[in-house]
Amino acid sequence: MKKAMLKNGLILALFALICTALVAVVNHLTADQIKQQETQELGRILQQIIPTNLHDNVIAQHCIRITAPAALGTINSMPAYIASKNGIATAIAMETIAPDGYNGNIRIIVGIDAQGRVLGVRTLAQQETPGLGDKIEIRKSDWVNSFQGMILNAATASHWKVKKDGGDIDQFTGATITPRAYVKAVKNTLNYFNQHKTDLLNQPAHCEAI
Amino acid sequence: MSEYKNIAWQGLWKNNPGLVQLLGLCPLLAVTTTLTNALGLGLATLLVLMGSNILVSLVRDYVPKEIRIPVFVMIIAALVTTVQLLINAYAYGLYLSLGIFLPLIVTNCVIIGRAEAFASRNNVFKAAFDGLMMGLGFTLVLALLGAIREILSQGTLFSGADQLLGPWAKGLTIQLWQVDTNFLLAMLPPGAFIGMGLLIALKNVIDTQWTIRHPITSPDAPTRARITKVS
Repeated sequence: MKKAMLKNGLILALFALICTALVAVVNHLTADQIKQQETQELGRILQQIIPTNLHDNVIAQHCIRITAPAALGTINSMPAYIASKNGIATAIAMETIAPDGYNGNIRIIVGIDAQGRVLGVRTLAQQETPGLGDKIEIRKSDWVNSFQGMILNAATASHWKVKKDGGDIDQFTGATITPRAYVKAVKNTLNYFNQHKTDLLNQPAHCEAI
Repeated sequence: MSEYKNIAWQGLWKNNPGLVQLLGLCPLLAVTTTLTNALGLGLATLLVLMGSNILVSLVRDYVPKEIRIPVFVMIIAALVTTVQLLINAYAYGLYLSLGIFLPLIVTNCVIIGRAEAFASRNNVFKAAFDGLMMGLGFTLVLALLGAIREILSQGTLFSGADQLLGPWAKGLTIQLWQVDTNFLLAMLPPGAFIGMGLLIALKNVIDTQWTIRHPITSPDAPTRARITKVS
């Protein structure tokens, strides 16, 4: 009895060892490749929201981190990427979170030029209802492009709402909560940028590019 | 050869993991909102199922039966994690569309079910074939349910196929009709349950009709929902 238990325990331990070793080895072998893929993906997204004529640097490498719970929707620090041309900052891509989506957090990246105009918006991660709230993904709908060119000041503040609430942005049929949360998050981000513009754009890179 | 024929018959129809064994309902109901998603999960499950069946069959003689379940669980978890890492590293496009489904496969009872019921008692070739057929049976049910829900809710078929198969597949999308408002019920989980129920009912009707028309002489057909031993 005792012997059988010992034997089974050892076999189990041996399998655990092999399985863990296998996963560890594969993880080690693929880690660099995965990181490279993620950097490439980030580069692709940045390219979509910041026009190439605005920068001559590798945007993904000029990364800063911002902690602003009220504006960015999370107590954690969020990365932002600064585009510059001839050494002068021309635009920023800020990651932000809409904490009040229909189904949890929506991660968004907002491209803003030095004058505070929205260059482009993309959704990085979301779990909204498929077919309804997921039109915030560029591959499903071009809705996110409706932010393009918008600015935020006292005169335009009222535009930053979904149409149902009296603003300029379309809501989706059957899904108002998602776009409402989304608009709010982009607006807060832009507001934060307007308030801290010089401070943000002149920060040296101080986080490891992913 | 008839043994292989029987395995295929079991996986595709008689003991279909989706319709009869009712295993893996969680991913089945969660991702069948479109045909593309359904195919994605189905194919990923098929690959993992074949892989795990082969591995389990290979080690079956070295694992005492008291500890076989934890060993199988470890093998499956390690396999899925490895597959996920490899896809993440070398097929990033596929990872972006399949990424969320891969961890779901670990929780799919079909995998451990086949490991326990079939792979641990049969040789590698039969186990691999069983994995293939069970995987195919599962994929077919997923695809059918995904297609029904997509047609009812959006009036399309194969929308978003390019995310799974590459840019060329964009032309596959078929717009059957234009819907102004999506048919919500088909899109949300209740629609999945109702659709699934109808599919099971349909299979039962077909089976009943078949037996009425072709009365079996030898009463060897087990009618239990979960058949743990394939005879």
